[in-house]
Amino acid sequence: MEILKIIGAVITLMGSIALFLGALGLVRMPDLYNRIQTGTKASTFGTVLTLLGLIFIFPGWVGKLFILMLFVGISNPVSSHVLARNAYRYGVPLSDKTTVDRLAEDIENKEVEPVNNAL
Amino acid sequence: MNVKNIGISFVILFGFWLLLNGTFTTPIIVTGLIVSLIIPMFFCARCDVFADMRLTPKAFLYTFIYLFVFAFELVKANLDVTRRVISPKLPINPGIVKVKTKLKSKMARMILANSITLTPGTFTLAIEKKYLYIHWIDVQDKDVEAATKEIVQKFEKYLEVIYG
Amino acid sequence: MVNTVLTISVVLILLSVLLSLYRFIKGPNTADRVIAFDVMTIASIGLIALISYFANRLIYLDVAVVYGLLSFIGVIVVAKFLEKSL
Repeated sequence: MEILKIIGAVITLMGSIALFLGALGLVRMPDLYNRIQTGTKASTFGTVLTLLGLIFIFPGWVGKLFILMLFVGISNPVSSHVLARNAYRYGVPLSDKTTVDRLAEDIENKEVEPVNNAL
Repeated sequence: MNVKNIGISFVILFGFWLLLNGTFTTPIIVTGLIVSLIIPMFFCARCDVFADMRLTPKAFLYTFIYLFVFAFELVKANLDVTRRVISPKLPINPGIVKVKTKLKSKMARMILANSITLTPGTFTLAIEKKYLYIHWIDVQDKDVEAATKEIVQKFEKYLEVIYG
Repeated sequence: MVNTVLTISVVLILLSVLLSLYRFIKGPNTADRVIAFDVMTIASIGLIALISYFANRLIYLDVAVVYGLLSFIGVIVVAKFLEKSL
């Protein structure tokens, strides 16, 4: 039983390292879209790993921890996608390093409507 | 068609109820059965969220494989993020590319968009009919076809079997 | 042993909340603040789970479930507001 707890603790530590790196990326990246990239991926992965480690430590808590993992894994990408799309329509600028922007080209060619309300 | 929707919603709700309670006594199971049968009847009378899902053994097998592929990509994505964040020069080359998907069902498109968001260096910015606009942190190919091959196809081949 | 490692995890998560707080204060616009808020709340879910380990109480996990729901709704509401369709 002791070995399971140690495995769980190591997994939790890895998760918290991922969370820390995500927050570091949030500070270092140059524009909103890159921040969302690192923020979403690392925070989802970090939280899921933290909860997975706790499942190893307390096998009796598996129900609620599993619900939390599922919920974070589904809701976090959706909310950041909605945020990114609406920020783009609102006109948050891209960074200078950006090489190509197909969405702006298509909006200019009238292939895509500039605002849509399909949430 | 509608029975299928209500049935799948019922299974999901009942599973959540059991996980949330964590105990298996008779009153809890009976309450859960009643509540999770009534809620889909009210809220899922006309919905078609699960209508395209196939319930064949092959679809179940592919769901399982898909979960493994997805977990592997998730780990790869985080190693990638780690490398980019730690290195002092910040090696990014971002851009928005356009990719095309063959999937028709709404649920399959949503799962595809979510998976793309959680995999290495890509992020779904907008969905417009059969085109997806992807923010790519390290653009390797600006062409629509090549980007589709690079980003979408590794998930699409499984989702096609599950949702058709 | 286990307690030491988990304490280190708590410290790391607190540091990540602090870093996102920096982005939350600095901006430069609303969407940046919202994504910082999102990372903060998601990190807090992990933190609450660890606290429930230290207190040895299962009931604290319910707080984390509700917290996750609220963060999801909050981000979507602000995003709708940005699009001027609220």
